[in-house]
Amino acid sequence: MTSTSIFTPEGMYRFAGKLAVPCLVSAAIVALIAFYLGFFVAPVDVTQGNSYRILYIHVASAWMAMLLYVLMAIFCILGLVTEKKLWPMIAASLAPTGALMAFLALWTGSLWGRPTWGAYWVWDARLTSALILFFFYLGYLALQNAIPDWRRADKACSVIGIVGVINVPIVYFSVQWWNTLHQGASLTSSGSSIHPIMLTALLVMVAAFWLYTFGATFARLRSIILEREKGEEWAQELALKGEL
Amino acid sequence: MDQWGSFSDFISMGGYGRYVWGAYGMVIFCFICELVSLSRRRQRAAKELLLEARAHQAEEDL
Repeated sequence: MTSTSIFTPEGMYRFAGKLAVPCLVSAAIVALIAFYLGFFVAPVDVTQGNSYRILYIHVASAWMAMLLYVLMAIFCILGLVTEKKLWPMIAASLAPTGALMAFLALWTGSLWGRPTWGAYWVWDARLTSALILFFFYLGYLALQNAIPDWRRADKACSVIGIVGVINVPIVYFSVQWWNTLHQGASLTSSGSSIHPIMLTALLVMVAAFWLYTFGATFARLRSIILEREKGEEWAQELALKGEL
Repeated sequence: MDQWGSFSDFISMGGYGRYVWGAYGMVIFCFICELVSLSRRRQRAAKELLLEARAHQAEEDL
């Protein structure tokens, strides 16, 4: 067994294969711990009642949606600059999970907004910029599916990936830059404005979302590598040996 | 720990049950759908690769 750099499709295929399932299993365990902390240890909120418990998944999915877009943009840039095969594959493997996170942030947000603000949706700067983030993901995915030649698809998608990243700081800082209905950040570099146990539950849930994202992305990356490398000797050899 | 008097109290979430469970339910639903679609994509990719590899091998054997 020769060792290959993980920064090649073959090396990454093996590396991701070792991590995908353990990440997903630990995501489930960590999510159960977060659920226990958030629903059985953390007390009810004085002003919002139990509706505040949406916070754990809302904040986790919103952070993931923003972070994954930034990661995706970094791999888009790397792909354009270095012409290495692996980077655009990683960008493409992040996009669907990022889109899912953006959707979940919007969905959980609207179910939290209804009891808190009286409306599922308002055209406020935070919500609108988050919706635009979701559309950038959808644009990336639509383009990826529309262009059969993946080399050309990667180039075109990179443009969306890189242009759209401008929107991420707009989403994040929208609550400071504009007078929004959406509340400001509860967690900043100078501290937290929420109860310590709520904060703990939130951070554990964020860890669960990270693990899930790693697991799902590694699993997707493996399929993308097989799809794109099916003409390569290493992949065919693995397939014939039944060691995929 | 004993903030929920009963199971139905827990489900009703002080009147916010449909919002809270609607949010958590969608997250679980989406994650399961994504995992199912990932496993299908993997099976499809592995199958196509195997076909390609066999065709390649058959060519070489000629």
